[in-house]
This record gives sequence, structure tokens and C-alpha cells, in this order.
Amino acid sequence: MPILAAICRQHMHLSWRSGQTVLAVSFLFIAITLLPFGLGPELKLLRALAPGLLWVVLAISLLTSLERLFQADYEDGSLDRLLLVPLAFEAVVLAKLLGHYLALVLPLIASVPLAGLLLNIEAARLPALVAAMLCGSPALVLAGGIGAALAVSVRRGGLLTVLIAMPFYVPVLIFGAAAARVSLETGLETGVAIGPYLGILAALSAASLLLAPFAIAAALRSALR
Amino acid sequence: MLKALENISALYANPTRFMGLAAKLHMPLWALAIGLLAYGLYRVANVPADYQQGETVRIMFVHVPAAWMSLFGYSFIFFASVTALIFRHPLGHVAARAAAPVGAVFTLLALITGSLWGQPMWGTWWVWDARLTSVLVLLFIYLGYIALWQAIDEPIRAARAASILAIVGFINVPIVKFSVDWWNTLHQPASVSRLARPALHADFLYPLLIMGAAFLVLFLAITLTRMQMEVLRQRLRARAGKGGAAHV
Repeated sequence: MPILAAICRQHMHLSWRSGQTVLAVSFLFIAITLLPFGLGPELKLLRALAPGLLWVVLAISLLTSLERLFQADYEDGSLDRLLLVPLAFEAVVLAKLLGHYLALVLPLIASVPLAGLLLNIEAARLPALVAAMLCGSPALVLAGGIGAALAVSVRRGGLLTVLIAMPFYVPVLIFGAAAARVSLETGLETGVAIGPYLGILAALSAASLLLAPFAIAAALRSALR
Repeated sequence: MLKALENISALYANPTRFMGLAAKLHMPLWALAIGLLAYGLYRVANVPADYQQGETVRIMFVHVPAAWMSLFGYSFIFFASVTALIFRHPLGHVAARAAAPVGAVFTLLALITGSLWGQPMWGTWWVWDARLTSVLVLLFIYLGYIALWQAIDEPIRAARAASILAIVGFINVPIVKFSVDWWNTLHQPASVSRLARPALHADFLYPLLIMGAAFLVLFLAITLTRMQMEVLRQRLRARAGKGGAAHV
């Protein structure tokens, strides 16, 4: 267990020190800033589209952050060392993903309310949106991890990672955006109304948690062989 | 039954044996594919025009079998990858790799013909209909799979990575299908007036089934040819001494 905690902590340190966290959050805000140029500054329109746009921007920011998830370790040989850790490699992989989640994805989700205000979203909808993102984002990270692991030996594998991971993002985006939409329609009883959506998102995350570590570990092992 | 299958598959695990069998099957398979396709197209040309859809109904005889093949192709890749990964059957990787672009082209064909049909019928080239959307996602799954094969130079590594993706992607297909169906019914109830699906008249059903069979045999013929090419390419590479010992 201390080993896993150390791996997780090290990954967090590296993301923070190498500026990945700041980069990802800046990317999110830059994407948000570009949207009104494409859509027009009409506040009503932006408000109506905000939840869906925020989901898409979050997913893209997350995807772009994933390219280097295992690649730096692959190139400098630390991944070979991690393979020697006397624990299931799947657990090591999960520890790294957890580190990535804490260091990168949580800051991204934390900046969603602010980004939402830029898009003129109603403040009352933010809790539901953030809750849905918290439930669905583990699935996004795990699916992206599969893409990153499969493309780990490919130089400039970023686009390949995106192409591989994108089909896995469809269900999460569908139910995530639906939760946000329902929160608009129901007003006070939001908590009750979005429950099922959060449940489905959590189920997708749980299923990914069950399957993805095996796929990621297998992909990394075959790349290291 | 299973034992017999195992014996057969073990017999043709040897690439030389496979090449022998493929050489024998090659011509008859292509002849059957072309014959069925010609007969099917002849039947389609003689189908009476539909009273609602007019002549455009003929597109369906290409569209529907192409859509069948898009799913068949991915299932083929999945089972080939499983046999390659779990039973260490070396030809599984070759089969999966050979089938991928064929399946992708059938998927693209289904999308294009669907779009050509949708223009006069629905008045638009594209709608975010549940089926169209999930077939589009399937095309992306194919493209990711093909891109992964091409991106990794080392054959054994590429084969392993691709089969992992094929298996994970296969699990994903029904999830995407379910969620897209759900999303679409929520989003646009009956904004597209789909024709109520009438039971197919025999005049339509038989040409459709013939075209389906023709596409299936065509798929197998192209895949077989591509498998032969792949085995030859790997032998050539092994002879040239590049890329280490190829996995066949």
C-alpha cells in the first residue's frame, strides 16, 4: 500500500511540477474563450448551450492531457521499473491513474463553475453539473488511459489516443449532458430528478474501473516486452 | 463439434497449410462473390418501385447489407483477436488486420448510401438519428483500430495492442448503441417521420437476402486475399531480415 501511495503521489508531483495541471486548466479556459467567437456573444444562446459546451470542453481538455500519461515513464524506463514492483501491475496502473485524476482532472472540474459563469450559466445548475462530472469523469480517465496505454510506444501518439478513446466518451457525454438538462427543467427537486443519471454515470465509471485496469496493464506490458 | 473445430483450426494454424488452403479457396470464393453480386443486382434492378419511396428504395438493397456487414466485420475482428490472443493462434492477428479496412469500407458505404437515401426521403443529408449516430461511432472505432495497427512499427507489439483494442471496443459497441438509442428518443421524438416498418414483401425480401449473401461472400473473399498478401508481406520482411522474426 505505501508503494501505491508513493506512486500516486509521485505522479501528482510530476504533473504539478511539469506544469501539466496549469496547462490543462489554461486549455479549458482558452477553449471556453474561443466559444463566444464561434457562436456569437449572445448571452441567452450561451446560457442555453453552456452545460453541453462545458461537458465537451472538459472531455477535450481531459483527452489532451492524457497523451503523456504513461509516455514519459515509458521513454525514460521508469515503466520497466514499475513492472518489477511486487504488486499486481493493474494496481500500479490504478495508482498512477488516481494520481492523474487528483492532480489534473479534479482541478479541471473545479474550474468548471468559473468557466460556466463566463458562459452565463445559472448558478443553480452548477451543483448538478459538477456532481454529474464527478460521477462520470472516472470513466473518462479510465477510457482515456486505455488509449494512452495502447499508443504509448507511438511518438506523437496524441491524436491516436484521442481517436481510440473518443468512442468510449459517447455514453458518458450523453448521460452527463442529460443530467445537466434535467436539472434545468426540474428546478427545486433537482436532487431527485438527476439521481438516475448520476447513477448511470457512476455505473459507467464502476464498469470502467473493473475492466480498464486490465486492458491498460495488458497494453503497457505488451509495449514493454 | 468443438473438438473438430479445434482440430481444423490447429491444422491451419500453420501458415504454409493456410496458404495452401487459401490458394485452393481463392478462385471459387471470388467467382461465387461476383456471381452472387451480379445476380443480386439483376434482381434489384427488377424490383418494382416502392409506392412511397419510388426508385430510391433500390438504395436499400445496398444500404442494409452494408450495415449488416459493418457489424459482421467488427465481430469478425473481435473473434479473430480473441483466438489470436487467448489461443495463441498466429493467423488470428492476420485475419483481424486483413478484415479491418474491409469492414470500415462497408461501414462507410452504409453511411453514404444512408445519406443518399435520406436526402430525398427526409429532406436532409444527415440526421442525428440513433442508428446513423451509432454507425458513425462504429466507423470511428474501426478507424482507431486501423490507425493503431499502422502507428506501431513492430509487428508483434502492434498485433497485441490491436487485439486488446478490438476486445475492449467490442464491449463498448453495445454500450454506445444503448446510450445513443436512449439519447435520441429523448432528443427528437418523431421529428423525423420514419416510415413505419412494413413487413417486407417477398419481392423485396429475396433480393435483399441475395445481396446480403453476396456482400458476405465478397467480404470473405477480400479478407482472404488480404490475408494471403499479409502472410506474403511478413515472409518477405522476415527474409529481408527487417523487423525481426515476423509472427507468422
